[in-house]
Amino acid sequence: MIEVRNIAKSFGKVKAVSDVSFSAPDGRITGLLGPNGAGKSTTLRVLYTAIQPDQGSASVDGIDVSRDPLEVRRRLGALPHGAGLYNQLTARENIAYFAAMHGVEKSERGDRVQRMIDLLEIHDFADRRTKGFSQGQKIKVALARALVHGPRNVILDEPTNGLDVMATRSLRHIIRKLREDGCCVLFSSHVMQEVAALCDEIVIVANGRVSMAGTTDAIRQKTGCDDLEDAFVRAIGRTEAAA
Amino acid sequence: MSRFLTIVLKEIKDNFRDRRTMLSALVFGPLFGPVIFAGVISLTLNQATGKAQKPLPLAVVGAEHAPSLVTYLGQQDTDLELLDVDADTAIGLVRDGEKEMVLLIDDSYGESWNAATPARVSLVLDGSDQSTSRQARRARGYINGWSRQVGAMRLVARGIDPNVARAINIDEIDTSTPSGRAGLVLGVLSYFLLFSMLAGGMYLAIDTTAGERERGSLEPLLTLPVTRTALLLGKLAATCFFMSLSLAIALVALAAALGYVPLQRLGMSVEFGPAQVVTAFLFMVPFTLIGASLMTVVASFTKSFKEAQSYVTFAMLAPTLPIMVAAVMNLKSTAAWMAVPSMSQHLLMLDLIKGEPLNLTYVAISVGSTLGLGVLFAAIAVMFYRREKLLM
Repeated sequence: MIEVRNIAKSFGKVKAVSDVSFSAPDGRITGLLGPNGAGKSTTLRVLYTAIQPDQGSASVDGIDVSRDPLEVRRRLGALPHGAGLYNQLTARENIAYFAAMHGVEKSERGDRVQRMIDLLEIHDFADRRTKGFSQGQKIKVALARALVHGPRNVILDEPTNGLDVMATRSLRHIIRKLREDGCCVLFSSHVMQEVAALCDEIVIVANGRVSMAGTTDAIRQKTGCDDLEDAFVRAIGRTEAAA
Repeated sequence: MSRFLTIVLKEIKDNFRDRRTMLSALVFGPLFGPVIFAGVISLTLNQATGKAQKPLPLAVVGAEHAPSLVTYLGQQDTDLELLDVDADTAIGLVRDGEKEMVLLIDDSYGESWNAATPARVSLVLDGSDQSTSRQARRARGYINGWSRQVGAMRLVARGIDPNVARAINIDEIDTSTPSGRAGLVLGVLSYFLLFSMLAGGMYLAIDTTAGERERGSLEPLLTLPVTRTALLLGKLAATCFFMSLSLAIALVALAAALGYVPLQRLGMSVEFGPAQVVTAFLFMVPFTLIGASLMTVVASFTKSFKEAQSYVTFAMLAPTLPIMVAAVMNLKSTAAWMAVPSMSQHLLMLDLIKGEPLNLTYVAISVGSTLGLGVLFAAIAVMFYRREKLLM
């Protein structure tokens, strides 16, 4: 369960997020949709405690991100923008490193890592150094790394960027599996179709504000557009006119 | 604590696998330094001490005019060669470089001698050659010596005290003792050691901030339930580890290279065996904390690995400044200088290499002040690592 209440964040004079509130319930996939530079990544960064909000608050499973960031991180599996693997380590070692850092006991670690390798179907390259991996392979390893401690909340920042059709499909498959397990999944994208294909709840962000939120159907109704793309454009247009 | 170890071990494994980095950190830096050092120093030593020890080669034309002068010169540290050519030929020989120096004794020498007027001799040489100028000074010295001796005898013969003709007597006191000169030479040595040490940790220090950010691995790392302080300290420890490794290799290489340097020519008996290697390692290793933290702090300001590399290389010069000051001013170990990191390691190194017993109080001060500054720098590095801007 992730909750965001009226957060704002500036970097110098640039206001990255002005006022964003939403909640992402357990057992559902929530999509943070918005054009580039809308404030999606900043919002997610506040949630996985890489940065602190100037105003407002956010919590994961009811734990405030500013008050107990370590506990929040323990409950989160986060995949920040881009994979960011260690090139000189194998895929398995990359995953095991994160498992160790999450405090997974040594006796248990091997099994856990293997389970992740099975889940993400990365057997073929699990014991190769990640240098030279394709973007799809990298994202899978990074996701395995983020999920290895079995978090109940998962945050993915533009996970499908640079993935081909097959890789995107298998990623969707994994995200749905997480939902079946009752996880709270929050992911960002600037690709409308992506969000439409996967999400139960959509939060449309533009210019650092939430311009619309609700289920896919609710958004279609609110904007009066049958087509989600039209709805998206209209939702964004409204805030852009206001800004 | 187990997280800390996890970080350290991962960084060590990660770095060892990067062959290019390891090659530059552990081979090129620590090995080539001492080898080049030994080569250059032996060359310089051979040049500086070689010529002065050999007899002065001097060709003489017209020796028959001045038998007593020639006899006198022959008694000095010279290697005389009597030539039977005319003056112009002799000048030609020097110009063509066949002879380094020729002493021309004028036909009128005997006449002047008998008349007790200044007799003429000429020294033919190529003054643009530095080593020839040094040789000419020696030749002039010998001839002047003869001139003074004869002059004094003439005065005595006329009943005058020769000292009357001498208004001033200059005594030169040259303080450049052989080991003093060696101090300058050996100053380069501590510099090499320090530089190798820093180079060994440079890659990792940059990787901690600028490198990880550029690769995109910093942000995932920060999502882990580990404080940034612990992350940074783990990385600093790994950096120190590689710096220590570099230092150890450099010291061993140095011990091997010193065997080929003719330092005994400077009046120094150098003993640099396993015991000295271990001792030097022990009093130099505290410096790794300062070096690692300093490089990490500098790198944390930069945007990319390349940018960091140029700034860090520049920052690596800072610790060498006190060494240069110490070498140029020829400082000796005192309790106060031991409070200056890098200078204290340099001075201790000098004492060690000269075979002087190490003052344990000095070592304690050096280690204490170095670790103190190291902890301060590490705290600054932690402070910068905790900034939000780290990610941007």
